[in-house]
Amino acid sequence: MTVIEKRTPMIIQDADERIHNFSEVALGYDEESALKEAHRCLHCVNHPCISGCPVNIRIPDFIEKIKNGEFEEAYKIISESSSLPAICGRVCPQEKQCEANCTLGIRYEPVAIGRLERFVADLHNRNDSNNTIKREFNDHSVAIVGSGPSGLACAGDLIRKGYKVTIFEALHTPGGVLVYGIPEFRLPKEIVKKEIDNLQRMGVEIRTDIVIGKTLTIDELCEMGFEAVFVGSGAGLPRFMNIPGESLKGVYSANEFLTRTNLMKAYKEDSDTPIMKGGVVTVVGGGNVAMDAARTALRLNAEKVYIVYRRSENELPARKEEIEHAKEEGVEFKLLNNPVEIIGCSDTEDPGYGFVKGIKCVKMELGEADESGRRSPVEIPGSEYIIDTDTVIMAIGNTPNPLIRNSTEGLETNKMGGLIINEDGMTSKEGVFAGGDAVTGAATVISAMGAGKKAVEGIDKYLRNR
Amino acid sequence: MYLIEDKKRLNPTVTQMDIVAPLIAKKARPGQFIILRVDEEGERIPLTIAGCDPLKGTVKIIFQIVGSTTLKLDKKEKGEYIEDFVGPLGVATETNNIKKVCIIGGGVGCAIALPIAEEFHRLNAEVTTIIGFRNKDLVILEDEFRNCSDRMILMTDDGSYGEKGNVTVPLKEMLEKGEMPDRIFAIGPLVMMKFTTLTAKPFNVPVTVSMNPIMIDGTGMCGCCRLTLDQDGKKIIKFACIDGPDFNGYEVDFDEVMSRNRMYDEFERHAYEKTCNLFKQEV
Repeated sequence: MTVIEKRTPMIIQDADERIHNFSEVALGYDEESALKEAHRCLHCVNHPCISGCPVNIRIPDFIEKIKNGEFEEAYKIISESSSLPAICGRVCPQEKQCEANCTLGIRYEPVAIGRLERFVADLHNRNDSNNTIKREFNDHSVAIVGSGPSGLACAGDLIRKGYKVTIFEALHTPGGVLVYGIPEFRLPKEIVKKEIDNLQRMGVEIRTDIVIGKTLTIDELCEMGFEAVFVGSGAGLPRFMNIPGESLKGVYSANEFLTRTNLMKAYKEDSDTPIMKGGVVTVVGGGNVAMDAARTALRLNAEKVYIVYRRSENELPARKEEIEHAKEEGVEFKLLNNPVEIIGCSDTEDPGYGFVKGIKCVKMELGEADESGRRSPVEIPGSEYIIDTDTVIMAIGNTPNPLIRNSTEGLETNKMGGLIINEDGMTSKEGVFAGGDAVTGAATVISAMGAGKKAVEGIDKYLRNR
Repeated sequence: MYLIEDKKRLNPTVTQMDIVAPLIAKKARPGQFIILRVDEEGERIPLTIAGCDPLKGTVKIIFQIVGSTTLKLDKKEKGEYIEDFVGPLGVATETNNIKKVCIIGGGVGCAIALPIAEEFHRLNAEVTTIIGFRNKDLVILEDEFRNCSDRMILMTDDGSYGEKGNVTVPLKEMLEKGEMPDRIFAIGPLVMMKFTTLTAKPFNVPVTVSMNPIMIDGTGMCGCCRLTLDQDGKKIIKFACIDGPDFNGYEVDFDEVMSRNRMYDEFERHAYEKTCNLFKQEV
């Protein structure tokens, strides 16, 4: 058998073209490419890819089905483990998970597992009949707080086990970060909607416009007859740097900038939601959210977009593909740079009074390795300079939302505000489980899904033993 | 979808609506707010709750037509529905240990001041209310305030009704006479709240102000409603949606909020004109 060293390329929209639209960048595999890529899998004995997957999808088995042209069978294998395959195929950092462990990847490029997953899920969704799926329910009801990735994964697994499931969502549209955070060009909202529709067809009830901790409390959910509650409320609060000028007009948190664009559809010409478009945009941070914000700004007609990050290229936490796409699209990376002040127009006669004019940065160098083994950045004295900019977007992470911990007695949190859970996913309050960013602080879609699934085992065990 | 059970015009630009939202009506406390969307493509706007009836399951909102969204809302009639209505959000007004209170409302801000005045009246505190309007035609809720106040002073800028002048005039007189309330609550235009705070400062009376910055989600997620507090010389960022809307007036940087609230003036002017044209065409 000859080994194909390189992975099968995926068709992507040309960079010059895609910066003018919000359509999806990567267009996925066709059948021929999928078959070709599936044949690269060595079906090695140890299948290390599975242990690299936070939800342990039986990867070699579904790839085997693709090889045989049994695509629907492949879908069934994936959906045993994952409730949201079309989403994960697109947004998982595969190069750090399944693909990082691929045996083929030791010498050559690893099998493009994520692309194959996406191919199978998209094909299934295209051919799906949209019928209601009849299901027998047991007598137990579970409430889920938040309809982001952890809540959806939890709901999907619970309903498969026969539980009645109701999701409570604070916003007007379900999906959480998949809807307000990740942009259309990376994860089309139609796909999110389709995955949520699938859950609803299985019998999951979703109630929007209800803020748990405000409209209803966790204790009230229990009084209403829910025997267990899963809290997947996410990492809500945006962080700022606490440097001068962060309240100037034109400074956004990435959450705000992306919410305005994605959830509130400010990218559409006739949208009711305003957003600053065009000009020079500087994004602070190096994660996926920073890449999303930078590439969104480009699509909103920015003349120039910078990413300012205090460490070097090697430490950029974003998915590799997103960094590559951002570079192709013309985003300029100011690595080893750290903002120290945002400068605004102080001339009261100027129509731009109170708006951002520039961002003062200091150059950094990597110093001694810290406890985590990463070399920490240190300022180079006297290296300050100013980038002229009209908009600044802070993409430096979030902290867990306090609404639930402040309104629920007996919920213990760690010093970061994350809910503390045991090995079954249960919090310090009996019957209340939690997972995702509400526990860990900002992380990835797939790790949140993994946490949602893990809690299902705990919930199942808890309700069986009651 | 949320039913508009009743609608009443309070003055040419201010409208009152009772919305059916039983879960919110059961929970809402004075000082809290809701976020609504008029229709499926609409923006999310915060409005402070002007009252509620837990038995009927209705929540009262009072709003001034200031832009595209409030104009669209105003066009909705009794019996029609609005798309989204979420709450009660924010922290309720702190009423503990206050026996003597002065409540100041300006313009449509009186709609928010009223439930606070009513709450203190219910708690048997001594309630002085000072409410101010630009002119006689814009006066709202006069009887309601009279019913819950031990003393009520009504001011108009042009003197066409009540006393002439702005709300800080009687406040200053009161404080100079040594009539010190335990706390002053000021709710209205930012500039009014700023000057109320400045007026009270020499007398060391605590001032609570109700902030209404631009918001989106209202649950702390977007950070759009942030404001800077000065706490003993230290600048601290707070989010009005989860830490407020009530804040210590002496700590708030009013000029910053005023500037931030004007961020989208241009966009909103266009949107308003567009919506006006739309309704003219339909008529």
